[in-house]
Amino acid sequence: MLKILKRFSARIFGRLFRKRESLKIGFYGPPNAGKTSLANRICKDWTGEDIGQVSGVPHETRNVQIKEKVEIKYKGKILEFKLVDTPGIATKIDYEDFMKFGMKKRTAKKRAKEATQGIIEAIQWLDDVDAVIVVLDATQNPYSQVNITIIGNLVARKIPVLIAANKIDLKKANVKKVESAFPEYEVVGISAKEGKKMDDFYESLFRLSKNV
Amino acid sequence: MVKKMKRIKGLSLHVMPFSEVQDLTIAQRVKKILNLVLGNKIVILHGRLRAEEEARLIEDTMALVDHVKNFKGIELAVIEPNLRDKNMMFKVKHNIAKRLVGDNTALTVIGPATVVKEIKRDPKKLEVMLG
Repeated sequence: MLKILKRFSARIFGRLFRKRESLKIGFYGPPNAGKTSLANRICKDWTGEDIGQVSGVPHETRNVQIKEKVEIKYKGKILEFKLVDTPGIATKIDYEDFMKFGMKKRTAKKRAKEATQGIIEAIQWLDDVDAVIVVLDATQNPYSQVNITIIGNLVARKIPVLIAANKIDLKKANVKKVESAFPEYEVVGISAKEGKKMDDFYESLFRLSKNV
Repeated sequence: MVKKMKRIKGLSLHVMPFSEVQDLTIAQRVKKILNLVLGNKIVILHGRLRAEEEARLIEDTMALVDHVKNFKGIELAVIEPNLRDKNMMFKVKHNIAKRLVGDNTALTVIGPATVVKEIKRDPKKLEVMLG
């Protein structure tokens, strides 16, 4: 009887442990919404290291970047996960847009090629994440088809979603507009750059992980 | 001084009833749409693609941007009736109809990025800006 109980508890706890260990949280969104800024903020807060480079040029992140182990302690609770920062998803890439940022034609073309491959990689990773933080630029119109497509895909795959309406430090930011565009989802307004409302974000992140 | 008017040359719309793509696989649907877009046509699809089809469309578009000269991608937008304020009965009827005959209450606009500069979308209208 004792053996059966032991095996049963080992199986249950084993499963729970495996699930927690392999929890993968993906950061998705359009280019320049601040996915890497937010990923960096979290990594810096809890591991002391950045995950990727941030810049004003779109498609700065052109490969999926992974931080293997991030452990967040908040109000006596611990959340451990693998952080997956993905390239911004877009429907068009024009190398000439990069040239506006002072890049030479050859560099711009190379960057455009890498950006297209990054988008494909980001979409393919949708099959491999357990929960997703959709990072949106709160100063932009939230009704873009890319945002709707990303969230629609997560819903179709039954992946829990948290929407981070980023850049609330900017005057034009409108978190209410993001909330009314996606009323079925939890939306948390933050500034990843300035670390504003990060406590609210971490609380929402714990709630998100419970839905996995 | 006479202001020169910009003229749009050869704008071509392809209106596609949903029945035209209804029986196709995801790959075939996406291929059909992208073939038209590559021919510089703006596709107006009566209905909407499923979420996974939209993702596949973006994936295939990106692969084409890499391989087809002067192709820069697509602009894509969907407009559909707002069911948020409708009662439960209406929503149930709408969903049954959708399952039976497909989602033909929506309208999808897909155009080549070289022709369609931007599609401004708010919940009630689409504004297609040509480049």
